[in-house]
Amino acid sequence: MKARVTVTLKTGVLDPQGKAIEGALRSLGIDGVDSVRQGKVFDIELGTVDKAGAEAALKNACEKLLANTVVENYRVEIL
Amino acid sequence: MKAAVLLFPGINRENDVARALAQSGVKPTIVWHAEHDLPQGTDLVVVPGGFSYGDYLRCGAIAGRANIMDAVRAHAARGGLVLGICNGFQILCESGLLPGVLMRNRDLKFICKEQYLRVERHDTAYTNAYSHHQIIKVCIAHGEGNYVADSATIQTLEGEGRVAFRYCDAAGHFGGKGNPNGSMNDIAGIYSEKLNVLGMMPHPENLIDSLIGGIDGRGMFESLGAFGARAA
Repeated sequence: MKARVTVTLKTGVLDPQGKAIEGALRSLGIDGVDSVRQGKVFDIELGTVDKAGAEAALKNACEKLLANTVVENYRVEIL
Repeated sequence: MKAAVLLFPGINRENDVARALAQSGVKPTIVWHAEHDLPQGTDLVVVPGGFSYGDYLRCGAIAGRANIMDAVRAHAARGGLVLGICNGFQILCESGLLPGVLMRNRDLKFICKEQYLRVERHDTAYTNAYSHHQIIKVCIAHGEGNYVADSATIQTLEGEGRVAFRYCDAAGHFGGKGNPNGSMNDIAGIYSEKLNVLGMMPHPENLIDSLIGGIDGRGMFESLGAFGARAA
């Protein structure tokens, strides 16, 4: 089973990297960009067919390691 | 006083901090991260600076979950002293021993320079050799030192007198150029609720010898030595 975990900064948390990328896109002349927030994507393979079990395990993985829930949100998708 | 200096892959300041401790009569032992127990009779755990696990995932995230950290949490819960410097501060935040998080510096640059701090209180195991609101010159060397926490946490830290050090300029003024990395409330270091755990971004262990620029960092290690002598 394949899964994707996406970790993003919570709203309101300053993201200087996102801001720098935003500025770079503007300087490249790419129009219409209002704002950029940088995050992380984890593609994870699991040796199980139990979808609910996999979701629970990945949620646990996010809480324990993949995300710092002080400043980050996470989303688990089973692909 | 006996100190356990933790060593994770990528940590590079363990010998500097061990030297600073020894200079003030604290006996350091280097402890590998895969150990499950601290050496018998450990009074102080030091998590030194460096780049544990290459700063992968988030600074301090992987080290914060190493085997030895369970023993460190138990030691802290018993009231034992824990000092985290630079990457060590990031590791203490990631391990849940201190609140908040160290984000990328405001201006995105790795900053390596001398920096003034104000000692916010001088009645703890770490600062008793300093004077009231003493301004000290130490070094900073970090890319992620921008202290961030939610407003309730900041209020608690301020209300309980748990801000250990604040960034300032040579005259002791806060804000503006005195704050190198954008940290909320100019926070350079914080204590746990019982004041036994201290995390700080600056490196006091760099400034312990007049040969290399100053001795303002010595006060912290002298404080620990004096605290240990009193407790013995």
